[in-house]
Amino acid sequence: MSEMQDYKSSLSDVTSRKFETFSYLPEMDDERIRKQVAYIVSKGWNPAIEHVEPENAFDHYWYMWKLPMFGETDVDRILAEVEACHKAHPDNHIRLIGYDNYQQTKGAEMVVRRGTPV
Amino acid sequence: MAGEAKSGGYVAGVKEYRETYWMPDYTPKDTDLLACFKVTPQAGVPREEAAAAVAAESSTGTWTTVWTDLLTDLDYYKGRAYAIEDVPGDDEAFYAFIAYPIDLFEEGSVVNVFTSLVGNVFGFKAVRALRLEDVRFPIAYVMTCNGPPHGIQVERDIMNKYGRAMLGCTIKPKLGLSAKNYGRAVYECLRGGLDFTKDDENVNSQPFMRWRQRFDFVMEAIEKAEAETGERKGHYLNVTAPTPDEMFKRAEYAKELGAPIIMHDYITAGFCANTGLAQWCRDNGVLLHIHRAMHAVIDRNPRHGIHFRVLTKILRLSGGDHLHTGTVVGKLEGDRASTLGWIDLLRERYIKEDRSRGIFFDQDWGAMPGAFAVASGGIHVWHMPALVSIFGDDAVLQFGGGTLGHPWGNAAGAAANRVALEACVEARNEGRVLEKEGKDILTDAAKHSPELKMAMETWKEIKFEFDTVDKLDVAHR
Repeated sequence: MSEMQDYKSSLSDVTSRKFETFSYLPEMDDERIRKQVAYIVSKGWNPAIEHVEPENAFDHYWYMWKLPMFGETDVDRILAEVEACHKAHPDNHIRLIGYDNYQQTKGAEMVVRRGTPV
Repeated sequence: MAGEAKSGGYVAGVKEYRETYWMPDYTPKDTDLLACFKVTPQAGVPREEAAAAVAAESSTGTWTTVWTDLLTDLDYYKGRAYAIEDVPGDDEAFYAFIAYPIDLFEEGSVVNVFTSLVGNVFGFKAVRALRLEDVRFPIAYVMTCNGPPHGIQVERDIMNKYGRAMLGCTIKPKLGLSAKNYGRAVYECLRGGLDFTKDDENVNSQPFMRWRQRFDFVMEAIEKAEAETGERKGHYLNVTAPTPDEMFKRAEYAKELGAPIIMHDYITAGFCANTGLAQWCRDNGVLLHIHRAMHAVIDRNPRHGIHFRVLTKILRLSGGDHLHTGTVVGKLEGDRASTLGWIDLLRERYIKEDRSRGIFFDQDWGAMPGAFAVASGGIHVWHMPALVSIFGDDAVLQFGGGTLGHPWGNAAGAAANRVALEACVEARNEGRVLEKEGKDILTDAAKHSPELKMAMETWKEIKFEFDTVDKLDVAHR
């Protein structure tokens, strides 16, 4: 049996902070993000983008980037908005949302650009 | 004829049930409550008579005529046996369909409904065995019940969990830990990436760990794990208690501490207590997890008792935000179809009759919220692809031994499960077939997670060999 490993996580280490769905996987590259955007579109959900300073990530409300893209099905245009938000707020977490207006919930929500931990 | 005023007054005596309660030409009303019983009659009792007897004994009938029958319109209030069907694969038993007028039942009371439907009739001599297979609650009755205190969407908003199932773990050993050691086990699970931990149902307030210290230490564990991970966490604080007063006292204290969720055993504690607690949870903004101890006593015998799909409907009406439903994996095909049936009954808004899943009636829940299905017991990371495929997102997947049994401890076990879940959800969203590609998906994910790699080595690979569900009529065999 391999040697026992310590679980590295602490209040003082800011890299211990997570941000819900997919935050236990490696940070997404463009290829992986594209597939998740395509999934949201395929479900008929309305994509939206939000961002926040990493130290405020626990808040329910993040800053909306413009308005949700109601009815937008062009994956490239959605990705372009992710990039625009990231350029404007390079140190912030940026999350992609798929609003499911029939279930009145978010069918998907994930951080696609990780901010600088503080 | 006995009991009929028109024919010249009251005549005492016993008459055949079918004269009054067998009505094959009756068309059920939208407002009727409908029930399907599996009846195994005593030898020599005709089916119509047995069905009528069940209708009578579960509604207005008594074994003999009584003069006070004539003071009311019993023909309106009686239950009506309106159809009989063969049970596939069983020559002795048959299905009896019975319609009850809605006035027979107090509004908002599963207690009252089931005191009638599964009351004295289950000990009735004319039937050898009796099983309540399904009940159609008319929407008019559904809307008199409060149902789940919050429901799936509200819980997602409170807990901030979207686009995936949630992860839980029942703390073990189930009996014997001190409150402080127990809180330690909770903290380790939550900091490792679980969303919830759970009191074992046997944990109430025993001498080795009284409820109040458990609540205190567990809340400290939740708060620290939230600060450390930046994610919202909860622990199902079991408020199941010897008396309703004591139950509410514990619930109040959980609220005072800021606990997001509490827990109750709805069968052992009773439907009255559960319905009261669910209302309290809605009034106080506390989520409610429901365990189902004693269900197997009632639902396991294929010929006698109450099917779990009915117990599921009882819970949805009585109120709960989570309900244990079984895990499906590792069981028989028939179980899978049947389980998927009651999972739909728990979560969906409208469920169509589907005999292939054991669903005998259309069920409309109207505006009543759905509840999360909880899969718990004997599952580990290798089951994750199948679980994500079967349960989808509106579920809590609970790995007890599969978290606590990790060689490096609870936090590592939790992280392994969280990575496995997220890898499966991502793959599903990409269009990959989880039950076929499960091994590759987990193996790839383990490249970035030593915790997952260790878990996969610890628990042996299971095979992903589920075919698509084909036929089953066999929810009953």
